[in-house]
Amino acid sequence: MSARDEILARLRTALADSPPPVQVPRGYRRVDDRPDLIAALVDRLEDYRAVVHHGIGALPRLLGEVDRLAVPTDVPADWLAGYAGQLHRDAPPLSPAALDDLDAVLTGCAVAVADTGTIILDAGPAQGRRALTLVPDRHICVVRTDQVVGLLPEAFTRLDPRAPLTWISGPSATSDIELNRVEGVHGPRRLEVVLISPPGSSGA
Amino acid sequence: MSHPVAPATGSGRIRTPLPFPTAAKPAVADTQLRANLHRATRTIRAKRARVVDEVPDWEALRDAGSAIKADVQRRLPELLEQFEASATAAGATVHWARDAAEACRIVVALTRAAGADEVVKVKSMATQEIELNEALEAAGIAAYETDLAELIVQLGEDTPSHILVPAIHYNRAQIREIFQRRMSDAPADLSDEPAALAEAARVHLRRRFLSARVAVSGANFAVADTGTLVVVESEGNGRMCLTLPETLISVVGVEKLLPTFTDLEVFLQLLPRSSTGERMNPYTSMWTGVTPGDGPQDVHVVLVDNGRSAVLADPVGRPALSCIRCSACLNVCPVYERAGGHAYGSVYPGPIGAILSPQLTGVADNASLPYASTLCGACYDVCPVKINIPEILVHLRQQAPHPPAERATMRVLSWVMRSPRRWAVALRLARAGAGPLGAYRERRTGARTLRRLPWPASAWTRSRDLPLPAPQTFREWWGKQ
Repeated sequence: MSARDEILARLRTALADSPPPVQVPRGYRRVDDRPDLIAALVDRLEDYRAVVHHGIGALPRLLGEVDRLAVPTDVPADWLAGYAGQLHRDAPPLSPAALDDLDAVLTGCAVAVADTGTIILDAGPAQGRRALTLVPDRHICVVRTDQVVGLLPEAFTRLDPRAPLTWISGPSATSDIELNRVEGVHGPRRLEVVLISPPGSSGA
Repeated sequence: MSHPVAPATGSGRIRTPLPFPTAAKPAVADTQLRANLHRATRTIRAKRARVVDEVPDWEALRDAGSAIKADVQRRLPELLEQFEASATAAGATVHWARDAAEACRIVVALTRAAGADEVVKVKSMATQEIELNEALEAAGIAAYETDLAELIVQLGEDTPSHILVPAIHYNRAQIREIFQRRMSDAPADLSDEPAALAEAARVHLRRRFLSARVAVSGANFAVADTGTLVVVESEGNGRMCLTLPETLISVVGVEKLLPTFTDLEVFLQLLPRSSTGERMNPYTSMWTGVTPGDGPQDVHVVLVDNGRSAVLADPVGRPALSCIRCSACLNVCPVYERAGGHAYGSVYPGPIGAILSPQLTGVADNASLPYASTLCGACYDVCPVKINIPEILVHLRQQAPHPPAERATMRVLSWVMRSPRRWAVALRLARAGAGPLGAYRERRTGARTLRRLPWPASAWTRSRDLPLPAPQTFREWWGKQ
């Protein structure tokens, strides 16, 4: 008998007592009733020592500090307005060593969760492949306010499970030494979030 | 299949080489270890309590998590078949391993097929359990742990002592000493500041990440309806391993299944707050088979039984399979806090280890572990999936083999206690017998207790006094009033 068939047979035998069907109680919150989600998101992000900037106007100043910038191929042109440094588009794909040589990466995201301060990337528009936001030491991430939801269950309604998903809550960190939180281990040591309004709306 | 196949127990590092009291003795006497453990568990208890208190629907989340896991156990065979079909359709290759040795053989064969003689590893309890690093080494393959704590333990040639914080038993000075002694590229003037130590680990592993061809991981969750695997971590070492190499091999216990992708909305709220006391861990990665042009293009999943079918076979002990390895129960356990993780022998220490390890190996092989508890219930209170650990501990104590003399004594006692009349007579006899002794001890020490009983009862009085019967019962006293 193959290992597969044997394991499945063992498990079926183990369930000889036929446990009764289970009704899963879904009484937990599915929608956030907080009045100001953006303020909550900013509070959580800063608690994780991410740096938050408001409005697309913050981008030229931020990118002014970056000599060598990685971007996904479909990054919106207006995010790069006036950028004078070396621009490395991920086409053909940059090697890990090449990515390691760059100063920062600029991407968008799919969803941001206010309750936990989590930014979710799904390889969708302006996000590129996973290695792009992993190897460079600084990640500048543009979050549109219409991408912000309150709670995790709200985020799940917007996600495609078949896409590779990366959830980011603050910069890379460890708590392995006497449970002290230290920011910056293997992932980007700096996470900068730029909150912008959706296209067509006014203000930021 | 006309004949049912009996569930089988597991192998690997889940057995206590020594009985718990023997193994705990040196740990309890090690004041440095106790100080390290006390500081660490107290810190994390406080953090957990703070972030759990801010969630208004915490109990509803626990109820949902507990029920989802009970449902998984009930439907495990069909969910595994569904997972296999979904993951295969998405481009992954699914393997099945009856026990630790078979799982190791599969990983070794896949690594060789990829033409690699080294692998980078994401921290994983399943690979610790099957002793994969030892098997890889025996096959001439170097395994590099990339989680900071696992790296500390690996460099120190030690074993992990905590599910979540494997190096919890070391303080910063001890970690610095290990790095200086064993990490070839550690700076000569390395300080014991956590930031400096983390930086040394970053530099040490960077080149390895960028050049690794094969990575080995576990998974926190495996989703049946989509074939998705999930790894929860903090440092980015997990993302490095899951993203950069060409080949990814994930070793997953069969109990890690969740029915649907949406069920993650419950567990990704319960897990980080219960484990590290954070609202969310810094990084969570989810992948479903192969994504062309993004991440590993050769993706394998090894589904491991290794005793889980035996746990499933016990209706009382079965909920131990609900464990999501958050380690909240370790951090609140008065026994763990004093004895540390190594005393439990298994890779699963603490209260959850005391119920999981004996069930994985068969109770007779780990008979001391169900006694490594005060039954205070703190573990049950913090468990995010509501595993009634004390109930299962008591259940397993009954399963464990007992010496014939103890069994005979208990049979007699049970006969006496079953009848109020026999019980009253027995008490009267005990009072009569112990009366002079009690009076003597009271004169000498002011208390009606015995310090020491003769062997074998001396084992019981080693850590407590035996109270002698009172001169009169409550009923007698009441009768006189």
